[in-house]
Amino acid sequence: MKITEKEVRYVADLANLALTEEEIQRYRSDLDEILAYAEKLNEVDTSRVEPMAQVLYEGDAAAVERVDQVAAGVSSDLALANAPQSGAGQFKVPKVFDR
Amino acid sequence: MNDDLKTLTIERIHQGLLARRFSAVELTREALRAAEAENEKYGAFLHFCPERALAAAEQVDRRMAQGEPLGALAGAPVAVKDVIVTKGVKTTCASRLLEHYVPPYDATAVIRLEGAGGIILGKTNCDEFAMGSSTENSAFYPVRNPAAPDRVPGGSSGGSAAAVGAGLAVVALGSDTGGSIRQPASFCGVVGVLPTYGRVSRYGLVAFASSLDHIGPFGRTVKDAAVMLGVIAGRDPADSTSAEAPVPVYAAELDGKVAGFRVGVPREYFGPGLDGEVGSRIQRGLEVLRRLGCEIRKVSLPHTDYAIASYYIICTAEASSNLARYDGVRYTIRSEEAPTLIDMYRQTRGRGFGAEVKRRIILGTYVLSAGYYDAYYLKAQKVRALVARDFTDAFSAVDVIITPVSPFPPFKLGEKASDPLEMYLSDIYTITGSLAGICGVSVPCGQTAAGLPIGMQMLANHFEEGRLLRLAHAFEQAGGFQV
Repeated sequence: MKITEKEVRYVADLANLALTEEEIQRYRSDLDEILAYAEKLNEVDTSRVEPMAQVLYEGDAAAVERVDQVAAGVSSDLALANAPQSGAGQFKVPKVFDR
Repeated sequence: MNDDLKTLTIERIHQGLLARRFSAVELTREALRAAEAENEKYGAFLHFCPERALAAAEQVDRRMAQGEPLGALAGAPVAVKDVIVTKGVKTTCASRLLEHYVPPYDATAVIRLEGAGGIILGKTNCDEFAMGSSTENSAFYPVRNPAAPDRVPGGSSGGSAAAVGAGLAVVALGSDTGGSIRQPASFCGVVGVLPTYGRVSRYGLVAFASSLDHIGPFGRTVKDAAVMLGVIAGRDPADSTSAEAPVPVYAAELDGKVAGFRVGVPREYFGPGLDGEVGSRIQRGLEVLRRLGCEIRKVSLPHTDYAIASYYIICTAEASSNLARYDGVRYTIRSEEAPTLIDMYRQTRGRGFGAEVKRRIILGTYVLSAGYYDAYYLKAQKVRALVARDFTDAFSAVDVIITPVSPFPPFKLGEKASDPLEMYLSDIYTITGSLAGICGVSVPCGQTAAGLPIGMQMLANHFEEGRLLRLAHAFEQAGGFQV
């Protein structure tokens, strides 16, 4: 077995995902199959290979820099328009501290 | 209007506008009416934006009346995948979690296509957050393949491919992370382009796997797809990964010679697992290329067999990070009964995301977690480098590589939905090019005996879209689409 039920609960916790008992069973078995398949990567000798994190091209080092200019952004009204709860120009969330 | 919407091209719209056979507003009204009427059959669109479409059409007509030249996409009805943000028009990613989300800005590709006179009719259905290969992971409804309504259109950009295939739009935008433009293009019998990573700005594309995500066009002809690509390509200061390389006029490069092109056929793509009918159509397609004067050579991409494992580790890792932002604070849906902040996050996400999205978040979180990072994520990135090197080596000997797009023709709705790994394995021929960041195109290449579309994939090195589209166009002109 590649992954235990306990590990699925732990990972779901890290990912802030509430799962039902049924989902935990199902994902344990799905991940088990997928991770067993991924074992085949160990057949490849990568001891002299640099990891590829990004598709990079030969380019000017300054290519990603832009002129530092003030530009109009999204207004706070517009930014808050999709919030489930907002007020006083802020996003509202359930309280974090008891007073 | 006498012009049949289903066979319109960008060029014919251009001619129609100039000859005053119709106005952009008339064409848009007709296209909206037809698309809304037929959508029930296909489920290709999630919602329409008639006001925005008609305003854009009025603008085209006004410019023409003032004697200004027409834009490259003037009056063309366009469908946009619902993972690409549109200001003031809902963008749901086919997820319950974003069901009511109305973005406050436009994606760069959207701004550019409207700037060229394109008319966005509406937003298209897809797999939730672009995660899937059949569009069955849409939280709202599935899409039916216009060539065979009991079958899937492919995915994840199934709605865009179906809209173009069914003639509800002339061109469309999709997104491709591991094949999500090319595979639905092949299933729906249309042309779909994967641009080189960085060729098209990703600004406003809702992020799934940032090192693999691309925006790209669909069209019924290579020329239409090439025109659309030319409009959306190019450096964008809002996307630091967008490339500086100048954008050629792709449509002008189509008619050059292809005789003498060195065409590579990788043996790893024609082994067990490839459907016999698909394989034989690709062979016939290769005969067409040979007749055009191409030199067909055998090549090898030895790490092909490891690409799927590498891809599904990398893309889920990136997804687990990108999707952390959907926490019930900013994006419309919140689980209200949770007493604490952390419970609110967990319940909102647990209820809002669909099964496949949750599966990928868990897998991605697992491969990034302490103790597994080196064994899975780092290993996958190293194997990715080897897959990319395979292509670098192959492109030293050939100009273009030809492969099938999908191992099998479009399958029935529900047929493969129960086994996630089996669905992942079906991405084998498209994932390799995604990992390497090269460009590709899927072109129609005949049909099965039962009339199901088959697609051929053409791959070329970074920023070789011009050469790639020229070969695709020559293939189309030589009857390759109907082999």
